[in-house]
Amino acid sequence: MTTAQKRTHGIDISALNRDDKSQQAGSLETCIKVENLDLFYGDKQALHGVNMEMPRKKVTAYIGPSGCGKSTLLRCINRMNDLVDGVTIKGKILLDNEDIYDKSVNVAALRRRVGMVFQKPNPFPKTIYENVAYGLRIQGINDRRILDEVVEKSLRGAALWDEVKNRLNDNALGMSGGQQQRLVIARAIAIEPEVILLDEPASALDPISTLKIEELINELKDKYTIVIVTHNMQQAARVSDFTAFMYMGELIEFGETSELFTNPAKKQTEDYITGRYG
Amino acid sequence: MIKAWFKSGSPWIWMTAGAVSINLILVTGLLTLIAVRGLGHFWPADIVEYRYQDRQDPESLIIGEEVDKSLLLAAQARAAGHELLDNGEYLVQYLVKTGNRDILGSDFRWIQEQYIHGKSTPEDLIAIERREWGNFYGRLLGVKENGTLIAQGEQAWAVAQEKLAKTLELHDEIDKLQDKGVGAINYNLERLRLKQRALELKNQWNETTHQEFIAQKLAYEQEYKVIQEQIGKLNKEIKSNSLLVSEAGQKEISIPLDRVVKLTRPNGMSWLDKSIEYVSNFVTFFLDEPREANTEGGIFPAIFGTVLMVLLMAVVVTPFGVIAAVYLREYAKQGFVTRVIRIAVNNLAGVPSIVYGVFGLGFFVYILGGSIDRLFYPEAAPSPVFGTPGLLWASLTLALLTLPVVIVATEEGLSRIPKSIREGSLALGATKAETLWRTVLPMASPAIMTGLILAVARAAGEVAPLMLVGVVKLAPTLPLDGNFPYLHLDRKFMHLGFHIYDVGFQSPNVEAARPLVYATSLLLVMVIVGLNMFAIAVRNNLREKYRALEN
Repeated sequence: MTTAQKRTHGIDISALNRDDKSQQAGSLETCIKVENLDLFYGDKQALHGVNMEMPRKKVTAYIGPSGCGKSTLLRCINRMNDLVDGVTIKGKILLDNEDIYDKSVNVAALRRRVGMVFQKPNPFPKTIYENVAYGLRIQGINDRRILDEVVEKSLRGAALWDEVKNRLNDNALGMSGGQQQRLVIARAIAIEPEVILLDEPASALDPISTLKIEELINELKDKYTIVIVTHNMQQAARVSDFTAFMYMGELIEFGETSELFTNPAKKQTEDYITGRYG
Repeated sequence: MIKAWFKSGSPWIWMTAGAVSINLILVTGLLTLIAVRGLGHFWPADIVEYRYQDRQDPESLIIGEEVDKSLLLAAQARAAGHELLDNGEYLVQYLVKTGNRDILGSDFRWIQEQYIHGKSTPEDLIAIERREWGNFYGRLLGVKENGTLIAQGEQAWAVAQEKLAKTLELHDEIDKLQDKGVGAINYNLERLRLKQRALELKNQWNETTHQEFIAQKLAYEQEYKVIQEQIGKLNKEIKSNSLLVSEAGQKEISIPLDRVVKLTRPNGMSWLDKSIEYVSNFVTFFLDEPREANTEGGIFPAIFGTVLMVLLMAVVVTPFGVIAAVYLREYAKQGFVTRVIRIAVNNLAGVPSIVYGVFGLGFFVYILGGSIDRLFYPEAAPSPVFGTPGLLWASLTLALLTLPVVIVATEEGLSRIPKSIREGSLALGATKAETLWRTVLPMASPAIMTGLILAVARAAGEVAPLMLVGVVKLAPTLPLDGNFPYLHLDRKFMHLGFHIYDVGFQSPNVEAARPLVYATSLLLVMVIVGLNMFAIAVRNNLREKYRALEN
């Protein structure tokens, strides 16, 4: 670890300068590959020819001003955009070299591999236990022993176990916002996906809860490929290994977070991270 | 000044508050009227003895309950042909329930106050509620057993009460034997006959089955004989006692005790006695079967029919309505066609209910029921089983009538489930159907219950269509009994709403029926409120359980 505290563009990037040799993009295995992705809402084009390779078991952050298409791109990865009326998608997204937009793909099965956590915590109006067990029950697993085990493991994984272990049968809606968001993460990791998509997971939370979520992301990346959309550049800098800057539906720049924040290649990126617009 | 007042918004508040008050007054007024008129009927009224003499007749005694009083202006009275003796301003008339229909020809009589010479309420006057001919009012002279007087004068009352209790017990026993014993045997014999007919139609009727059937029939007949003997014995016993009574005209009459339901001396009752009597009267009204063309006795079959029909309706309408709403809201492509369907559904709610009745009769009863009879009950021909109005068709017709309400409420509920919840479920690998079943529908269940509450409220009060598809004035048996298959969907049934109409407007004895109309109305309201309370309790429970995200 370097102890030097570099202040670049007003952003504390000390967390980025980890002495991690494997961070070179070249030596990393690609998990998700986006190829020439165009997306239209009706006639309006929301994504313009996006190309990107997201490495396995790393955190990739999407940043950019509101409406730049970062959430849209994220929701393409688990085909959540299928639910929106009038969406057309061109191009490919490869998950482990398989096109997820291929006709033969089972969307439900894909979503089991690519979990998602939304901006607002959205626990089901069920007990804490049933929330976590939901994904397993969907798969037809009703064995109490397996469920107990997975629920505990997932809640531990989401750093929530100690807080809720005595009230697993309480309604999840009685929890605080931060707890709810961690519960939703526990729910997502209970079905052991490969990828976890986080759509501004901390934007509705207070600073302490946000910190907890960020710590959690740091722990989760040992096991999962994580893609996170965030409004907050400091957050992107703190939690991500790679960062993509998007603007008006186009991917402007994509690279290692330390590189992108300290030494952006594009003028637009620099303007954005220095707060000149956005 | 006024302008400022208008601007302040106060008139608007006054107007809205006024509207609410008027509503409240109307509702409470309605309920109070029904309650007072209906509940008053059960209070054991004093029996009055009048000494009465009008123009033509000599002085006579009139015994009865004073039911109503009317004031007629002198001019009106004269125009109606009445004379006023003292040139007063008003002609005062009383409506007296004299009972004794078998002697006097009618139960009620108007008498004028000016001809009343004396009025008293002696304690020895009795009221007898009889199984036929309405009430009897008079005096108890004695009790007879097998034609010989066993008590008279002072003891007569106590002995009569004792014998009556015994007789009522016997009567219950006979009723039970008739109902459970004879009824079941008749039912089984009829089934046997149908079975035989079915076998004959299928050409499977041969010597062995013939012998079997004869044996079975014999067994039933033997059973019947045994029961009949028992009944005969009881009948002999029950007929042994009678009451010797005298009516207002001092004529002595003997009333067999098995014709008596209740014997009271209301004038001698304390306030507490009367209260107990009141409660017992009300309970009897609730639990008994009607007598004498529905003008006497209770209304239990009607309550039972109403509740059962509403429950069946709910069982049918809920799944249909929910499924339709789910398709409309969740699966159908939203566009012109769905809009037209929605408008059509909403308009269905406005179709007059009698039209549904006609449809139910034409489609359910004749087409559907007729086909069922032809396919499954050929042995019953020519008498119909389902090809005639009955409980099933009434429930289905009402289900159809209330379907729009359930659809609209469910759709409303579905549209209120936050998108984030659906997405959360889908993101966990649930299919749309799984999401619906596990998350969306449970969360929409309070809204579905709301729809059901509205549906129940509407269905329970509906009369017009039911007259065409299954409700009758008097059903001999309840649609639910101890004979297999227990729930008889093909049977006709009684309904409180129709009962009100029948008692109030089709009854030969209008004066006697009037309080019953109010009492029955009150019970109908109570039944509907009860059903609604139950549904509301369920809904509140669900609401608590599936409290949606507040933010």
